[in-house]
Amino acid sequence: MKDQFVVPARLKTTSYVLLGIGLLTLLIGLFAFHGEHGSTRFWAGLLQNSTYFLMVVLASTFFIAATTLAQGGWQIAFRRVPEAISMAVPVLSAILLVVLAFLIFGNKGHIYHWIHPEGDRILEFKSPFLNPSMVTIFTVITIGAWTALTLKIRKMSLAEDTMKLDQNSRRTLLWNGTVWCAVFIVVYALTMGSTTPWIWLMSIDAHWFSTMYSWYTFASTWVSGLSLIALFVIYLKGNGYLPWVNEEHLHDLGKFIFAFSIFWTYLWFSQYMLIWYANMPEETVYFQPRVWGAFRPVFFLNLIINFIVPLLIFMKRSTKRNYTVMAVMSGVVIFGHWLDFFQMVMPATVKELNFPWFELGIGLGFVGLIIWVTANQLAKAPLTPKNHPYLKESIVHHT
Amino acid sequence: MAVKKFVVGCFDDEAVLFPAVKKVRAAGYKIHDVYTPFPVHGLDHALGLRETSLHTAGFIYGITGTTTALSFMSWVFTTDWPMNIGGKPHFPLPAFIPITFELTVLFSAVGMVMTFMYLCQMAPFVKKHIFHPRQTDDLFVMAIEVTEKTRPEEVKAFLDSVGAKEINEQTAEAGWWLGRFDREDKLFTKQIEPLNA
Repeated sequence: MKDQFVVPARLKTTSYVLLGIGLLTLLIGLFAFHGEHGSTRFWAGLLQNSTYFLMVVLASTFFIAATTLAQGGWQIAFRRVPEAISMAVPVLSAILLVVLAFLIFGNKGHIYHWIHPEGDRILEFKSPFLNPSMVTIFTVITIGAWTALTLKIRKMSLAEDTMKLDQNSRRTLLWNGTVWCAVFIVVYALTMGSTTPWIWLMSIDAHWFSTMYSWYTFASTWVSGLSLIALFVIYLKGNGYLPWVNEEHLHDLGKFIFAFSIFWTYLWFSQYMLIWYANMPEETVYFQPRVWGAFRPVFFLNLIINFIVPLLIFMKRSTKRNYTVMAVMSGVVIFGHWLDFFQMVMPATVKELNFPWFELGIGLGFVGLIIWVTANQLAKAPLTPKNHPYLKESIVHHT
Repeated sequence: MAVKKFVVGCFDDEAVLFPAVKKVRAAGYKIHDVYTPFPVHGLDHALGLRETSLHTAGFIYGITGTTTALSFMSWVFTTDWPMNIGGKPHFPLPAFIPITFELTVLFSAVGMVMTFMYLCQMAPFVKKHIFHPRQTDDLFVMAIEVTEKTRPEEVKAFLDSVGAKEINEQTAEAGWWLGRFDREDKLFTKQIEPLNA
Protein backbone atom coordinates (compact mmCIF):
# COMPACT_ATOMS: atom_id res chain seq x y z
CA MET A 1 0.00 0.00 0.00
CA LYS A 2 1.63 3.20 -1.19
CA ASP A 3 0.46 5.92 1.10
CA GLN A 4 3.41 8.29 1.00
CA PHE A 5 3.64 10.24 -2.23
CA VAL A 6 7.12 10.67 -3.67
CA VAL A 7 7.27 13.28 -6.44
CA PRO A 8 8.25 11.39 -9.59
CA ALA A 9 11.08 12.94 -11.62
CA ARG A 10 8.83 13.11 -14.67
CA LEU A 11 6.20 15.17 -12.89
CA LYS A 12 8.89 17.48 -11.58
CA THR A 13 10.30 17.93 -15.08
CA THR A 14 6.81 18.56 -16.48
CA SER A 15 6.13 21.25 -13.92
CA TYR A 16 9.51 22.90 -14.55
CA VAL A 17 8.97 22.81 -18.33
CA LEU A 18 5.51 24.36 -17.96
CA LEU A 19 6.85 26.99 -15.57
CA GLY A 20 9.64 27.67 -18.07
CA ILE A 21 7.12 28.12 -20.87
CA GLY A 22 5.22 30.58 -18.69
CA LEU A 23 8.30 32.62 -17.81
CA LEU A 24 9.51 32.56 -21.42
CA THR A 25 6.11 33.79 -22.61
CA LEU A 26 6.25 36.54 -20.00
CA LEU A 27 9.67 37.61 -21.26
CA ILE A 28 8.62 37.46 -24.91
CA GLY A 29 5.51 39.43 -23.98
CA LEU A 30 7.61 42.10 -22.31
CA PHE A 31 9.58 42.64 -25.50
CA ALA A 32 6.98 41.82 -28.16
CA PHE A 33 4.16 44.09 -27.00
CA HIS A 34 4.81 47.70 -27.83
CA GLY A 35 2.88 50.85 -27.15
CA GLU A 36 -0.30 51.35 -25.21
CA HIS A 37 -2.23 48.62 -26.99
CA GLY A 38 0.51 46.05 -26.42
CA SER A 39 0.78 46.93 -22.78
CA THR A 40 -2.99 46.51 -22.41
CA ARG A 41 -2.81 43.03 -23.86
CA PHE A 42 0.14 42.12 -21.65
CA TRP A 43 -1.59 43.14 -18.42
CA ALA A 44 -5.00 41.84 -19.46
CA GLY A 45 -3.46 38.42 -20.06
CA LEU A 46 -1.79 38.46 -16.68
CA LEU A 47 -4.97 39.59 -14.95
CA GLN A 48 -7.08 36.90 -16.65
CA ASN A 49 -4.72 34.07 -15.74
CA SER A 50 -3.88 35.14 -12.21
CA THR A 51 -7.52 35.65 -11.18
CA TYR A 52 -8.68 32.48 -12.92
CA PHE A 53 -6.08 30.14 -11.46
CA LEU A 54 -6.28 31.67 -7.98
CA MET A 55 -10.04 31.13 -7.93
CA VAL A 56 -9.64 27.59 -9.29
CA VAL A 57 -7.23 26.52 -6.55
CA LEU A 58 -9.40 28.29 -3.99
CA ALA A 59 -12.27 26.07 -5.11
CA SER A 60 -10.35 23.21 -3.46
CA THR A 61 -10.66 24.89 -0.08
CA PHE A 62 -14.32 25.41 -0.83
CA PHE A 63 -14.61 21.71 -1.69
CA ILE A 64 -13.17 20.75 1.70
CA ALA A 65 -15.33 23.29 3.53
CA ALA A 66 -18.55 22.37 1.75
CA THR A 67 -18.12 18.62 2.13
CA THR A 68 -17.14 19.01 5.78
CA LEU A 69 -20.18 21.12 6.54
CA ALA A 70 -22.39 18.65 4.72
CA GLN A 71 -20.95 15.92 6.98
CA GLY A 72 -19.70 14.21 3.85
CA GLY A 73 -17.68 11.08 4.31
CA TRP A 74 -17.05 9.93 0.75
CA GLN A 75 -14.25 12.43 0.03
CA ILE A 76 -12.03 11.52 2.98
CA ALA A 77 -10.07 8.91 1.01
CA PHE A 78 -8.72 11.60 -1.32
CA ARG A 79 -9.13 14.66 0.93
CA ARG A 80 -5.40 15.28 0.96
CA VAL A 81 -5.58 16.07 -2.79
CA PRO A 82 -7.80 19.19 -2.55
CA GLU A 83 -5.82 20.15 0.55
CA ALA A 84 -2.57 20.01 -1.37
CA ILE A 85 -4.06 21.96 -4.28
CA SER A 86 -5.37 24.60 -1.88
CA MET A 87 -1.82 25.21 -0.69
CA ALA A 88 -1.27 27.02 -4.00
CA VAL A 89 -3.63 29.75 -2.75
CA PRO A 90 -0.93 31.78 -0.94
CA VAL A 91 1.45 31.50 -3.92
CA LEU A 92 -1.10 32.54 -6.53
CA SER A 93 -2.43 35.25 -4.20
CA ALA A 94 1.03 36.78 -4.08
CA ILE A 95 1.20 36.82 -7.88
CA LEU A 96 -2.24 38.37 -8.16
CA LEU A 97 -1.34 41.03 -5.59
CA VAL A 98 1.69 42.02 -7.66
CA VAL A 99 -0.39 42.17 -10.86
CA LEU A 100 -3.14 44.19 -9.17
CA ALA A 101 -0.59 46.56 -7.64
CA PHE A 102 0.76 47.31 -11.10
CA LEU A 103 -2.75 47.69 -12.53
CA ILE A 104 -4.12 49.91 -9.76
CA PHE A 105 -1.15 52.01 -8.67
CA GLY A 106 0.77 52.00 -11.93
CA ASN A 107 -2.42 52.16 -14.05
CA LYS A 108 -0.63 49.77 -16.39
CA GLY A 109 -2.46 49.02 -19.61
CA HIS A 110 -5.36 51.29 -18.60
CA ILE A 111 -7.41 48.26 -17.66
CA TYR A 112 -9.37 49.86 -14.84
CA HIS A 113 -11.03 53.06 -16.09
CA TRP A 114 -12.40 53.86 -12.66
CA ILE A 115 -8.94 54.91 -11.46
CA HIS A 116 -9.55 58.26 -13.16
CA PRO A 117 -13.30 58.90 -12.93
CA GLU A 118 -13.01 62.64 -13.57
CA GLY A 119 -15.54 63.87 -16.09
CA ASP A 120 -17.40 60.56 -16.30
CA ARG A 121 -20.68 60.87 -14.42
CA ILE A 122 -21.26 57.13 -14.02
CA LEU A 123 -17.77 56.51 -12.69
CA GLU A 124 -17.93 59.56 -10.44
CA PHE A 125 -21.18 58.19 -9.02
CA LYS A 126 -19.51 54.81 -8.41
CA SER A 127 -16.28 56.27 -7.04
CA PRO A 128 -17.15 55.90 -3.33
CA PHE A 129 -16.94 52.13 -3.96
CA LEU A 130 -14.70 51.89 -7.00
CA ASN A 131 -11.60 53.80 -6.00
CA PRO A 132 -8.01 52.61 -5.52
CA SER A 133 -7.98 52.65 -1.72
CA MET A 134 -11.34 50.88 -1.39
CA VAL A 135 -10.36 48.24 -3.94
CA THR A 136 -7.00 47.74 -2.24
CA ILE A 137 -8.63 47.26 1.15
CA PHE A 138 -11.14 44.78 -0.26
CA THR A 139 -8.42 42.89 -2.10
CA VAL A 140 -6.11 42.67 0.89
CA ILE A 141 -8.93 41.54 3.20
CA THR A 142 -10.09 38.97 0.66
CA ILE A 143 -6.68 37.50 0.00
CA GLY A 144 -5.65 37.64 3.64
CA ALA A 145 -8.79 35.80 4.77
CA TRP A 146 -8.53 33.19 1.99
CA THR A 147 -4.88 32.48 2.74
CA ALA A 148 -5.28 32.39 6.52
CA LEU A 149 -8.30 30.08 6.45
CA THR A 150 -6.78 27.79 3.82
CA LEU A 151 -3.62 27.42 5.89
CA LYS A 152 -5.68 26.85 9.04
CA ILE A 153 -7.79 24.10 7.48
CA ARG A 154 -4.70 22.38 6.08
CA LYS A 155 -2.91 22.63 9.43
CA MET A 156 -5.82 21.08 11.29
CA SER A 157 -5.91 18.21 8.84
CA LEU A 158 -2.18 17.51 9.22
CA ALA A 159 -2.52 17.67 13.00
CA GLU A 160 -4.99 14.77 12.77
CA ASP A 161 -2.26 12.33 11.85
CA THR A 162 -0.49 12.61 15.20
CA MET A 163 -3.66 12.87 17.24
CA LYS A 164 -4.45 10.45 20.05
CA LEU A 165 -7.38 8.26 19.15
CA ASP A 166 -10.21 8.47 21.60
CA GLN A 167 -13.78 9.55 21.32
CA ASN A 168 -13.24 13.01 22.80
CA SER A 169 -10.37 13.96 20.51
CA ARG A 170 -12.34 12.80 17.47
CA ARG A 171 -15.34 14.81 18.56
CA THR A 172 -13.14 17.89 19.01
CA LEU A 173 -11.65 17.25 15.59
CA LEU A 174 -15.04 17.15 13.88
CA TRP A 175 -16.27 20.19 15.80
CA ASN A 176 -13.19 22.30 15.03
CA GLY A 177 -13.34 21.28 11.39
CA THR A 178 -16.99 22.28 11.22
CA VAL A 179 -16.40 25.66 12.87
CA TRP A 180 -13.46 26.70 10.70
CA CYS A 181 -15.07 25.43 7.52
CA ALA A 182 -18.22 27.39 8.42
CA VAL A 183 -16.11 30.51 8.90
CA PHE A 184 -14.53 29.89 5.52
CA ILE A 185 -17.92 29.44 3.83
CA VAL A 186 -19.12 32.78 5.20
CA VAL A 187 -15.93 34.52 4.04
CA TYR A 188 -16.13 32.78 0.67
CA ALA A 189 -19.76 33.80 0.19
CA LEU A 190 -19.04 37.43 1.01
CA THR A 191 -15.93 37.58 -1.19
CA MET A 192 -16.13 35.08 -4.05
CA GLY A 193 -19.92 35.09 -4.04
CA SER A 194 -20.30 38.86 -4.12
CA THR A 195 -17.62 41.52 -3.84
CA THR A 196 -14.36 40.16 -5.16
CA PRO A 197 -15.29 39.33 -8.77
CA TRP A 198 -16.90 42.78 -9.00
CA ILE A 199 -13.74 44.63 -8.15
CA TRP A 200 -11.27 42.40 -9.96
CA LEU A 201 -13.17 41.51 -13.11
CA MET A 202 -16.53 43.24 -13.46
CA SER A 203 -14.95 46.66 -12.92
CA ILE A 204 -13.05 46.21 -16.18
CA ASP A 205 -16.35 47.14 -17.84
CA ALA A 206 -16.66 49.94 -15.33
CA HIS A 207 -19.92 51.37 -16.69
CA TRP A 208 -21.65 48.06 -16.71
CA PHE A 209 -22.86 45.88 -13.87
CA SER A 210 -24.65 42.60 -13.39
CA THR A 211 -25.97 41.09 -10.18
CA MET A 212 -25.38 37.57 -11.54
CA TYR A 213 -21.70 38.20 -12.22
CA SER A 214 -20.13 36.87 -9.02
CA TRP A 215 -22.25 33.76 -8.93
CA TYR A 216 -21.44 33.09 -12.52
CA THR A 217 -17.72 33.55 -11.85
CA PHE A 218 -18.00 31.30 -8.82
CA ALA A 219 -19.73 28.56 -10.83
CA SER A 220 -17.05 28.82 -13.48
CA THR A 221 -14.14 28.42 -11.06
CA TRP A 222 -15.89 25.85 -8.89
CA VAL A 223 -16.51 23.45 -11.74
CA SER A 224 -12.93 23.84 -12.98
CA GLY A 225 -11.66 23.40 -9.40
CA LEU A 226 -13.55 20.11 -9.23
CA SER A 227 -12.00 19.09 -12.54
CA LEU A 228 -8.55 19.90 -11.17
CA ILE A 229 -9.19 17.71 -8.13
CA ALA A 230 -10.40 14.92 -10.42
CA LEU A 231 -7.25 15.23 -12.57
CA PHE A 232 -4.93 14.90 -9.58
CA VAL A 233 -6.95 11.99 -8.16
CA ILE A 234 -6.75 10.19 -11.51
CA TYR A 235 -3.02 10.90 -11.77
CA LEU A 236 -2.34 9.53 -8.27
CA LYS A 237 -4.58 6.52 -8.84
CA GLY A 238 -2.83 5.83 -12.13
CA ASN A 239 0.50 5.79 -10.31
CA GLY A 240 -0.69 3.31 -7.71
CA TYR A 241 -1.48 5.70 -4.87
CA LEU A 242 -4.78 6.36 -3.10
CA PRO A 243 -5.61 2.70 -2.36
CA TRP A 244 -9.16 3.42 -1.15
CA VAL A 245 -10.26 5.50 -4.09
CA ASN A 246 -12.19 3.69 -6.82
CA GLU A 247 -14.77 4.39 -9.53
CA GLU A 248 -17.37 5.18 -6.88
CA HIS A 249 -15.46 8.27 -5.76
CA LEU A 250 -14.71 9.19 -9.35
CA HIS A 251 -18.40 8.81 -10.16
CA ASP A 252 -19.32 11.32 -7.47
CA LEU A 253 -16.71 13.79 -8.69
CA GLY A 254 -18.12 13.31 -12.19
CA LYS A 255 -21.63 13.98 -10.93
CA PHE A 256 -20.36 17.17 -9.32
CA ILE A 257 -18.74 18.33 -12.56
CA PHE A 258 -21.84 17.39 -14.56
CA ALA A 259 -24.20 19.17 -12.18
CA PHE A 260 -22.14 22.32 -11.85
CA SER A 261 -21.59 22.55 -15.60
CA ILE A 262 -25.35 22.83 -15.84
CA PHE A 263 -25.42 25.23 -12.90
CA TRP A 264 -22.86 27.41 -14.68
CA THR A 265 -25.02 27.43 -17.80
CA TYR A 266 -28.05 28.34 -15.76
CA LEU A 267 -26.28 31.42 -14.33
CA TRP A 268 -24.65 32.28 -17.64
CA PHE A 269 -27.99 32.15 -19.38
CA SER A 270 -29.84 34.00 -16.61
CA GLN A 271 -27.40 36.86 -16.97
CA TYR A 272 -27.63 36.84 -20.74
CA MET A 273 -31.37 36.46 -21.10
CA LEU A 274 -32.38 39.24 -18.71
CA ILE A 275 -30.05 41.68 -20.45
CA TRP A 276 -31.23 40.52 -23.87
CA TYR A 277 -34.87 40.84 -22.83
CA ALA A 278 -34.67 44.25 -21.17
CA ASN A 279 -32.52 45.51 -24.05
CA MET A 280 -31.23 48.54 -22.18
CA PRO A 281 -28.19 50.14 -23.80
CA GLU A 282 -26.20 50.43 -20.57
CA GLU A 283 -26.54 46.69 -20.06
CA THR A 284 -26.32 45.37 -23.62
CA VAL A 285 -23.00 47.16 -24.02
CA TYR A 286 -21.40 44.15 -22.35
CA PHE A 287 -22.71 41.62 -24.85
CA GLN A 288 -22.33 43.79 -27.93
CA PRO A 289 -18.64 42.93 -28.58
CA ARG A 290 -19.10 39.41 -27.28
CA VAL A 291 -22.11 38.26 -29.28
CA TRP A 292 -22.00 40.53 -32.32
CA GLY A 293 -18.42 41.74 -32.32
CA ALA A 294 -15.01 40.17 -32.71
CA PHE A 295 -15.53 37.70 -29.87
CA ARG A 296 -18.53 35.92 -31.42
CA PRO A 297 -16.62 32.64 -32.04
CA VAL A 298 -15.32 32.59 -28.46
CA PHE A 299 -18.80 33.26 -27.11
CA PHE A 300 -20.32 30.25 -28.86
CA LEU A 301 -17.27 28.01 -28.34
CA ASN A 302 -17.59 28.82 -24.65
CA LEU A 303 -21.19 27.61 -24.60
CA ILE A 304 -20.36 24.44 -26.53
CA ILE A 305 -17.34 23.44 -24.42
CA ASN A 306 -18.83 24.32 -21.07
CA PHE A 307 -22.40 23.20 -21.54
CA ILE A 308 -23.16 20.96 -24.48
CA VAL A 309 -20.04 18.77 -24.27
CA PRO A 310 -20.22 18.05 -20.49
CA LEU A 311 -24.00 17.65 -20.69
CA LEU A 312 -23.90 15.00 -23.40
CA ILE A 313 -20.74 13.19 -22.27
CA PHE A 314 -21.33 13.12 -18.51
CA MET A 315 -24.97 12.12 -18.90
CA LYS A 316 -24.10 8.43 -19.00
CA ARG A 317 -23.11 6.65 -15.83
CA SER A 318 -20.31 4.71 -17.50
CA THR A 319 -18.43 7.85 -18.65
CA LYS A 320 -18.30 9.22 -15.10
CA ARG A 321 -16.76 5.95 -13.92
CA ASN A 322 -14.15 5.81 -16.67
CA TYR A 323 -10.71 7.17 -15.74
CA THR A 324 -9.71 8.14 -19.29
CA VAL A 325 -12.94 9.93 -20.14
CA MET A 326 -12.89 11.75 -16.80
CA ALA A 327 -9.28 12.85 -17.30
CA VAL A 328 -9.91 14.15 -20.82
CA MET A 329 -13.15 15.86 -19.85
CA SER A 330 -11.56 17.49 -16.79
CA GLY A 331 -8.93 18.98 -19.06
CA VAL A 332 -11.62 20.17 -21.46
CA VAL A 333 -13.64 21.77 -18.64
CA ILE A 334 -10.59 23.56 -17.23
CA PHE A 335 -9.74 24.91 -20.68
CA GLY A 336 -13.38 25.84 -21.30
CA HIS A 337 -13.62 27.96 -18.20
CA TRP A 338 -10.23 29.49 -18.90
CA LEU A 339 -11.83 30.56 -22.18
CA ASP A 340 -14.79 31.91 -20.21
CA PHE A 341 -12.44 34.15 -18.24
CA PHE A 342 -10.75 35.09 -21.51
CA GLN A 343 -14.02 36.44 -22.86
CA MET A 344 -14.73 38.19 -19.55
CA VAL A 345 -11.50 40.16 -19.66
CA MET A 346 -10.47 40.64 -23.28
CA PRO A 347 -13.41 42.32 -25.09
CA ALA A 348 -13.30 45.36 -22.79
CA THR A 349 -9.51 45.66 -22.74
CA VAL A 350 -7.87 44.39 -25.92
CA LYS A 351 -11.08 44.84 -27.95
CA GLU A 352 -9.94 42.57 -30.79
CA LEU A 353 -9.58 38.83 -31.00
CA ASN A 354 -6.00 37.65 -31.47
CA PHE A 355 -4.74 34.11 -31.32
CA PRO A 356 -4.16 33.88 -27.55
CA TRP A 357 -0.56 32.58 -27.63
CA PHE A 358 0.49 34.94 -24.85
CA GLU A 359 -2.49 34.14 -22.60
CA LEU A 360 -2.12 30.40 -23.21
CA GLY A 361 1.60 30.51 -22.47
CA ILE A 362 1.06 32.35 -19.20
CA GLY A 363 -1.74 29.91 -18.39
CA LEU A 364 0.62 26.95 -18.92
CA GLY A 365 3.06 28.64 -16.55
CA PHE A 366 0.35 28.81 -13.91
CA VAL A 367 -0.53 25.15 -14.51
CA GLY A 368 3.14 24.27 -13.98
CA LEU A 369 3.20 26.26 -10.77
CA ILE A 370 0.06 24.54 -9.48
CA ILE A 371 1.49 21.10 -10.35
CA TRP A 372 4.77 21.95 -8.61
CA VAL A 373 3.15 23.25 -5.41
CA THR A 374 0.57 20.46 -5.27
CA ALA A 375 3.11 17.69 -5.86
CA ASN A 376 5.39 19.00 -3.13
CA GLN A 377 2.51 19.38 -0.73
CA LEU A 378 1.21 15.88 -1.51
CA ALA A 379 4.65 14.51 -0.64
CA LYS A 380 4.57 16.20 2.76
CA ALA A 381 1.93 14.02 4.39
CA PRO A 382 0.43 10.53 4.02
CA LEU A 383 -2.23 10.46 1.33
CA THR A 384 -4.87 8.89 3.57
CA PRO A 385 -5.93 10.88 6.65
CA LYS A 386 -5.89 7.69 8.70
CA ASN A 387 -7.31 9.21 11.90
CA HIS A 388 -10.32 10.89 10.37
CA PRO A 389 -13.53 9.52 11.92
CA TYR A 390 -15.27 9.29 8.54
CA LEU A 391 -12.54 7.36 6.78
CA LYS A 392 -14.43 4.09 6.89
CA GLU A 393 -17.44 5.73 5.32
CA SER A 394 -15.24 6.75 2.42
CA ILE A 395 -13.73 3.28 2.05
CA VAL A 396 -17.09 1.55 1.81
CA HIS A 397 -18.54 4.35 -0.30
CA HIS A 398 -21.00 3.12 -2.87
CA THR A 399 -23.08 5.19 -5.25
CA MET B 1 -51.55 -14.93 -15.21
CA ALA B 2 -50.56 -17.95 -13.35
CA VAL B 3 -51.09 -19.22 -9.85
CA LYS B 4 -47.80 -20.50 -8.47
CA LYS B 5 -46.45 -21.98 -5.32
CA PHE B 6 -43.93 -20.04 -3.24
CA VAL B 7 -41.78 -20.61 -0.22
CA VAL B 8 -41.57 -17.34 1.69
CA GLY B 9 -38.80 -16.45 4.13
CA CYS B 10 -38.95 -13.36 6.31
CA PHE B 11 -35.82 -11.65 7.64
CA ASP B 12 -35.66 -8.87 10.19
CA ASP B 13 -32.15 -7.64 9.42
CA GLU B 14 -30.64 -6.57 6.12
CA ALA B 15 -27.23 -7.74 7.30
CA VAL B 16 -28.70 -11.26 7.38
CA LEU B 17 -30.67 -10.76 4.19
CA PHE B 18 -27.65 -10.01 1.98
CA PRO B 19 -25.66 -13.22 2.61
CA ALA B 20 -28.94 -15.14 2.51
CA VAL B 21 -29.75 -13.81 -0.97
CA LYS B 22 -26.28 -14.76 -2.16
CA LYS B 23 -26.51 -18.26 -0.66
CA VAL B 24 -30.01 -18.90 -2.02
CA ARG B 25 -28.87 -17.86 -5.51
CA ALA B 26 -25.73 -19.97 -5.20
CA ALA B 27 -27.84 -22.96 -4.20
CA GLY B 28 -29.74 -22.52 -7.46
CA TYR B 29 -33.21 -21.62 -6.16
CA LYS B 30 -35.30 -19.25 -8.21
CA ILE B 31 -35.99 -16.03 -6.28
CA HIS B 32 -39.31 -14.58 -7.38
CA ASP B 33 -38.63 -11.24 -5.65
CA VAL B 34 -37.43 -9.69 -2.42
CA TYR B 35 -39.73 -7.16 -0.77
CA THR B 36 -38.18 -4.56 1.52
CA PRO B 37 -39.69 -1.70 3.55
CA PHE B 38 -37.10 0.74 2.16
CA PRO B 39 -34.65 0.78 -0.79
CA VAL B 40 -31.74 -1.46 0.16
CA HIS B 41 -28.46 -0.34 -1.36
CA GLY B 42 -26.85 -2.97 -3.56
CA LEU B 43 -29.67 -5.50 -3.29
CA ASP B 44 -30.22 -5.28 -7.05
CA HIS B 45 -26.61 -6.36 -7.57
CA ALA B 46 -26.99 -9.20 -5.08
CA LEU B 47 -30.14 -10.35 -6.86
CA GLY B 48 -28.33 -10.19 -10.20
CA LEU B 49 -30.88 -7.86 -11.77
CA ARG B 50 -29.73 -6.11 -14.92
CA GLU B 51 -29.31 -2.35 -14.86
CA THR B 52 -32.51 -0.53 -15.66
CA SER B 53 -33.03 1.24 -18.98
CA LEU B 54 -35.28 3.80 -17.33
CA HIS B 55 -32.70 6.55 -17.78
CA THR B 56 -32.44 5.88 -21.51
CA ALA B 57 -36.20 6.18 -21.70
CA GLY B 58 -35.94 9.42 -19.72
CA PHE B 59 -33.42 10.81 -22.20
CA ILE B 60 -35.70 9.99 -25.12
CA TYR B 61 -38.68 11.64 -23.39
CA GLY B 62 -36.54 14.69 -22.62
CA ILE B 63 -35.41 15.04 -26.21
CA THR B 64 -39.04 14.69 -27.29
CA GLY B 65 -39.98 17.53 -24.95
CA THR B 66 -37.18 19.75 -26.27
CA THR B 67 -38.23 19.10 -29.86
CA THR B 68 -41.91 19.62 -29.14
CA ALA B 69 -41.37 22.94 -27.37
CA LEU B 70 -38.90 24.37 -29.87
CA SER B 71 -40.74 23.30 -33.00
CA PHE B 72 -44.18 24.32 -31.73
CA MET B 73 -43.07 27.76 -30.58
CA SER B 74 -41.10 28.32 -33.76
CA TRP B 75 -44.07 27.38 -35.88
CA VAL B 76 -46.46 29.58 -33.90
CA PHE B 77 -44.28 32.67 -33.85
CA THR B 78 -42.83 32.50 -37.34
CA THR B 79 -45.60 30.96 -39.44
CA ASP B 80 -48.93 30.64 -37.76
CA TRP B 81 -49.34 33.83 -35.75
CA PRO B 82 -46.29 36.13 -35.85
CA MET B 83 -46.51 38.80 -33.18
CA ASN B 84 -44.37 41.77 -32.35
CA ILE B 85 -43.43 41.40 -28.70
CA GLY B 86 -41.25 44.22 -27.43
CA GLY B 87 -39.62 44.66 -30.82
CA LYS B 88 -37.96 41.26 -30.57
CA PRO B 89 -37.37 39.15 -33.68
CA HIS B 90 -39.99 36.61 -34.64
CA PHE B 91 -37.65 33.81 -33.75
CA PRO B 92 -36.36 34.94 -30.35
CA LEU B 93 -34.38 31.88 -29.29
CA PRO B 94 -33.35 33.10 -25.78
CA ALA B 95 -37.01 33.68 -24.90
CA PHE B 96 -37.82 30.10 -25.94
CA ILE B 97 -35.14 28.53 -23.75
CA PRO B 98 -36.98 28.61 -20.38
CA ILE B 99 -40.10 27.05 -21.88
CA THR B 100 -38.02 24.49 -23.75
CA PHE B 101 -36.31 23.62 -20.49
CA GLU B 102 -39.61 23.30 -18.66
CA LEU B 103 -41.11 21.06 -21.32
CA THR B 104 -37.98 18.89 -21.38
CA VAL B 105 -38.27 18.40 -17.63
CA LEU B 106 -42.02 17.84 -17.78
CA PHE B 107 -41.85 15.27 -20.57
CA SER B 108 -38.99 13.34 -19.03
CA ALA B 109 -40.49 13.42 -15.52
CA VAL B 110 -43.99 12.37 -16.50
CA GLY B 111 -42.71 9.88 -19.06
CA MET B 112 -40.35 8.28 -16.58
CA VAL B 113 -43.05 8.00 -13.92
CA MET B 114 -45.38 6.35 -16.45
CA THR B 115 -42.66 3.99 -17.62
CA PHE B 116 -41.75 3.14 -14.05
CA MET B 117 -45.40 2.39 -13.26
CA TYR B 118 -45.60 0.18 -16.34
CA LEU B 119 -42.38 -1.67 -15.52
CA CYS B 120 -43.45 -2.27 -11.92
CA GLN B 121 -47.03 -3.11 -13.00
CA MET B 122 -48.46 -0.42 -10.80
CA ALA B 123 -51.66 1.47 -11.57
CA PRO B 124 -54.89 2.37 -9.82
CA PHE B 125 -56.87 -0.81 -9.02
CA VAL B 126 -54.04 -3.10 -10.08
CA LYS B 127 -53.59 -5.58 -7.28
CA LYS B 128 -50.72 -7.93 -6.54
CA HIS B 129 -50.32 -10.60 -3.95
CA ILE B 130 -48.74 -9.45 -0.69
CA PHE B 131 -46.60 -12.19 0.80
CA HIS B 132 -46.44 -10.69 4.27
CA PRO B 133 -48.31 -7.62 5.56
CA ARG B 134 -45.20 -6.42 7.35
CA GLN B 135 -43.10 -6.26 4.16
CA THR B 136 -43.87 -2.53 3.99
CA ASP B 137 -43.12 -2.02 7.66
CA ASP B 138 -40.12 -3.80 9.15
CA LEU B 139 -39.66 -7.19 7.44
CA PHE B 140 -37.53 -8.21 4.49
CA VAL B 141 -39.51 -10.83 2.61
CA MET B 142 -37.93 -13.22 0.14
CA ALA B 143 -40.27 -15.23 -2.09
CA ILE B 144 -38.78 -18.32 -3.70
CA GLU B 145 -40.71 -19.89 -6.55
CA VAL B 146 -41.36 -23.60 -6.27
CA THR B 147 -40.71 -25.20 -9.66
CA GLU B 148 -41.03 -28.89 -10.48
CA LYS B 149 -37.37 -29.31 -9.59
CA THR B 150 -37.71 -27.76 -6.10
CA ARG B 151 -38.71 -29.61 -2.96
CA PRO B 152 -40.49 -27.14 -0.62
CA GLU B 153 -39.34 -28.87 2.56
CA GLU B 154 -35.72 -28.61 1.46
CA VAL B 155 -36.12 -24.90 0.67
CA LYS B 156 -37.67 -24.30 4.08
CA ALA B 157 -34.79 -26.01 5.83
CA PHE B 158 -32.34 -24.05 3.74
CA LEU B 159 -34.02 -20.72 4.53
CA ASP B 160 -33.94 -21.62 8.18
CA SER B 161 -30.22 -22.32 7.97
CA VAL B 162 -29.51 -18.90 6.38
CA GLY B 163 -31.32 -17.04 9.16
CA ALA B 164 -34.97 -16.52 8.18
CA LYS B 165 -37.15 -15.70 11.19
CA GLU B 166 -40.43 -16.86 9.72
CA ILE B 167 -40.93 -19.36 6.90
CA ASN B 168 -44.14 -20.42 5.22
CA GLU B 169 -45.53 -21.80 2.01
CA GLN B 170 -48.03 -19.87 -0.09
CA THR B 171 -49.95 -20.50 -3.25
CA ALA B 172 -50.56 -17.20 -4.91
CA GLU B 173 -51.15 -15.34 -8.12
CA ALA B 174 -47.72 -14.36 -9.51
CA GLY B 175 -48.98 -11.55 -11.76
CA TRP B 176 -51.46 -8.78 -11.20
CA TRP B 177 -55.21 -8.54 -11.27
CA LEU B 178 -57.78 -5.80 -10.91
CA GLY B 179 -59.23 -5.25 -7.49
CA ARG B 180 -59.22 -2.94 -4.51
CA PHE B 181 -57.26 -3.28 -1.34
CA ASP B 182 -59.92 -1.58 0.78
CA ARG B 183 -62.36 -4.32 -0.21
CA GLU B 184 -59.95 -7.06 0.73
CA ASP B 185 -61.15 -8.56 4.03
CA LYS B 186 -58.81 -11.52 4.26
CA LEU B 187 -55.58 -9.51 4.43
CA PHE B 188 -56.38 -6.76 6.91
CA THR B 189 -58.61 -8.55 9.34
CA LYS B 190 -56.17 -11.37 9.89
CA GLN B 191 -54.59 -11.34 13.31
CA ILE B 192 -50.83 -11.09 12.94
CA GLU B 193 -48.68 -13.03 15.34
CA PRO B 194 -45.79 -11.01 16.80
CA LEU B 195 -42.51 -12.20 15.36
CA ASN B 196 -40.57 -12.81 18.56
CA ALA B 197 -43.42 -13.77 20.85
